[in-house]
Amino acid sequence: MKAKIVITPKKAVLDPQGKTVQTALEQMGYDGVKAVHVGKYLEIELEGDAESWRPKIDEACHKLLSNPVIEDYHFTIE
Amino acid sequence: MRFAVLQFPGSNCDQDSVHVLGNVLGHDADYLWHKEESIGNADAVVVPGGFSYGDHLRTGSIAQFSPVMNAVKAFANDGGLVIGICNGFQILCECGLLPGALVRNRSLQFRCEHIYLKVPTADSPFTSEVPEGKVLRVPIAHGEGCYFADDEALAKLQSNEQILFQYATEDGELTDEANPNGSLLNIAGICNEGRNVCGMMPHPERASENILGEDDGRLVFESMLRHLEARADLGQEAISGVAFK
Repeated sequence: MKAKIVITPKKAVLDPQGKTVQTALEQMGYDGVKAVHVGKYLEIELEGDAESWRPKIDEACHKLLSNPVIEDYHFTIE
Repeated sequence: MRFAVLQFPGSNCDQDSVHVLGNVLGHDADYLWHKEESIGNADAVVVPGGFSYGDHLRTGSIAQFSPVMNAVKAFANDGGLVIGICNGFQILCECGLLPGALVRNRSLQFRCEHIYLKVPTADSPFTSEVPEGKVLRVPIAHGEGCYFADDEALAKLQSNEQILFQYATEDGELTDEANPNGSLLNIAGICNEGRNVCGMMPHPERASENILGEDDGRLVFESMLRHLEARADLGQEAISGVAFK
């Protein structure tokens, strides 16, 4: 069982990495790229019951894995 | 006065801080390993620069959970003076002692150069000795120093005069060109609402001796010392006041 966590920069935060990747994609000829956001992906291997892990993973995302001031997160446990 | 200079795995400005406070300014400065659970009898805490825990995950994100940080938080919440420099600023934001966060420089470059700082207020234990209108010249060295806070937090910083240092031209003008990392409002350093916790990206400890090029950074430490000495005098008066009764 794994928790799969995706962390992305909040909209209001400057994302120069995303902008740079977007420019590169445009230069490669990919038309119609509206925006790119560069974030993080984490996998946490777990044992035990998925439902009892859910609030704990949420807490860990809030306290350590993401910074709520600058980042959003969402996760699945599967 | 006694300073505790924290050491995390990856700190690298701890020795400069101890050197300036001890050898240049003549006060007691001791290293404090991050696994300690008390700051002992220190009068002030320095959270130094570096790359604590290899900057893994986010800068400062792991150091905030070192045992010593509980003691630092308790000390700060009790009014104790705490200054975080560079990575120290990032740690203080991560642990919630200061508002906002520091993200990748807008240029995506690590910037290592001298910059100029406007000091908008002398009303803090970290800027009281800076003469009015003086622009400080100190170095920066960081890849993640772009200060971000939401509009509400920024408005609060402004109305409470919590912005202590701003990137500026040599003449003290706040321009985009003078801003090395894209920080909102050119913010280089702030304090908390209680004004006893300061975080700044520039390195005053690297600019505290003329032999090294400049000593503007000394003013930050001298401000802290003036504050601590004034508080100690008040304490003495309070004690003697009790004795007279």
